Amino acid sequence: MSVIAARDIGIAFGGVVAVDGVSFSAAAGEVLSIIGPNGAGKTTLFNVVSGLYRAGRGRVTLDGEDVTGRPPEILALKGLSRTFQNLQLFTRMTTCENVMVGRHLRERRSLAADLLRLPSVRRQNRETRAAAQDLLTFVRLGERGDMPASALPYGALRRLEIARALASEPKALLLDEPAAGCNAVETEEIQRLIRAVADRGVAVVLVEHDMRLVMKVSDRVLVLESGRPLAEGSPEEVRENPAVISAYLGPQAGRGSAHA
Amino acid sequence: MPVLSPRAATLAGLALVIALLPLVFPSGFYFRVAALVWISALAAIGLNILMGLAGQVSLGHAGFFGIGAYAVALAPAHLSLPPWAALILGAGLAGVLAFLVGKPVLRLRGHYLAIATLGLGVLVQIVLTNESRWTGGPDGMRVARLALFGWRGAGAETWYWVSGGALMIGTWLALNLLDTPTGRALRALHDSEVAARVTGIDVARYKLTAFVVAAVYASVAGSLLALMNGFITPDQAGFLHSVELVTMVVIGGLGSVLGAIVGAAVLVTLPQLLTVFQEYEHLLLGLLIMVFMIFLRDGIVPSLRTAALGLLPARTAG
Repeated sequence: MSVIAARDIGIAFGGVVAVDGVSFSAAAGEVLSIIGPNGAGKTTLFNVVSGLYRAGRGRVTLDGEDVTGRPPEILALKGLSRTFQNLQLFTRMTTCENVMVGRHLRERRSLAADLLRLPSVRRQNRETRAAAQDLLTFVRLGERGDMPASALPYGALRRLEIARALASEPKALLLDEPAAGCNAVETEEIQRLIRAVADRGVAVVLVEHDMRLVMKVSDRVLVLESGRPLAEGSPEEVRENPAVISAYLGPQAGRGSAHA
Repeated sequence: MPVLSPRAATLAGLALVIALLPLVFPSGFYFRVAALVWISALAAIGLNILMGLAGQVSLGHAGFFGIGAYAVALAPAHLSLPPWAALILGAGLAGVLAFLVGKPVLRLRGHYLAIATLGLGVLVQIVLTNESRWTGGPDGMRVARLALFGWRGAGAETWYWVSGGALMIGTWLALNLLDTPTGRALRALHDSEVAARVTGIDVARYKLTAFVVAAVYASVAGSLLALMNGFITPDQAGFLHSVELVTMVVIGGLGSVLGAIVGAAVLVTLPQLLTVFQEYEHLLLGLLIMVFMIFLRDGIVPSLRTAALGLLPARTAG
């Protein structure tokens, strides 16, 4: 059964249809990639699924439960996590603290206990710090926990955001262009990481422009064009689909390739 | 590995300063000035939780200060409550008002939030000014002296120790908060609300928490000032006082507990020092604030800390 599923999602902004009738689902341990040219509606789709935008139509289910229209903090509670194309890190905090914030939902939270810094708060802090440190090691940032997040290089920031997203122990993870702006070495690191996350049993939905990364890491690929689904299948099937080639390289190339 | 954590160092340093400062006071007058610093610092520390940690502006914070001040003036006179109970009642009222007003108002951001909180402060001041039957109107009213277990707080020296003790408690609580789930949630939503939300942080609730905590701090500070002065006017709740509190937090350094204390010390003592310049006093005060902001843009404490640490990696500190 799929952990996360979106059915027939549609959203328009002042008459401009951004997403129109898109469905997808991902099972535990599966990597589903959503690709498409710029403006295909990929990030908009993520913003709908993660509760930042309210969809005009369609339903989102998480672990079988209908969560359509729920705010992001509720979705997080129910096991959804995500990263952002334009990195949304807590730049005034250290690397480790960023991941510790990700543990928020796993912590007991009481203003009075926090103000008094009760022994239980201190004990929990140690547990949270240890869990965050484990995740930093997992994304190969184990040595940089005390650095301000703002001092990390770009590829490390991408990995840090993934570590923070994993800290809430999500069932489904939406990754919005995790390799954007990364060099070849950093991209390879991201690829290894995505696979390792899926192997932990997380349902991963990936939006990405780097086709080599998508082809290597995905179990299934969904192609969007102008907000509508164009094709879906295994990486090989999608790569050979004439409609996909046409959308990416123009109709001429599409015809040429179809004849080949 | 430092011997003391930054948190413990801040607390120990503050305790030392409060304990030893009277040794260098040339006259009793200085006890009063220092007590004023401690009381203002208490309000500034609270406001720093809202502005420095959570990144939300309040331009009406003196309104809560005024509620605390008038609570210790009115409740003993009309409800026959002892002043310490009136202080707690005022803090409770300020907290409830902050909760009720904060719920709709904290949905606003930036300039809009600033104007809405400004309106709240103005409203409190108008009520205090116009309900003259209760509050004595613009001329203010007398406040009964604090009596605890038969002991009566009167002299400036007594108030120096009472307000110093209150400041220690306020500082301890605020420092405690920094590295806890609540403190981290507030700092996180300051940096990125959208990331905080998808992480599961109830942003609206945490902003409200910070607003209520800041209001309670201000109210307690207001009560202490009213009890020390034995007299109170609506100006304590006024816009200028709100701006003064914001200036303390910003000059000292947003997000720094120690900064809020230093900012309060600067803003309370500078006018006293500048009185020697007579009619140029206000001009010089304004100029000095501008100079501070130009050369120590992150605030006095964070700027000096960065300079002292050079290129060492920053740590979260008081």
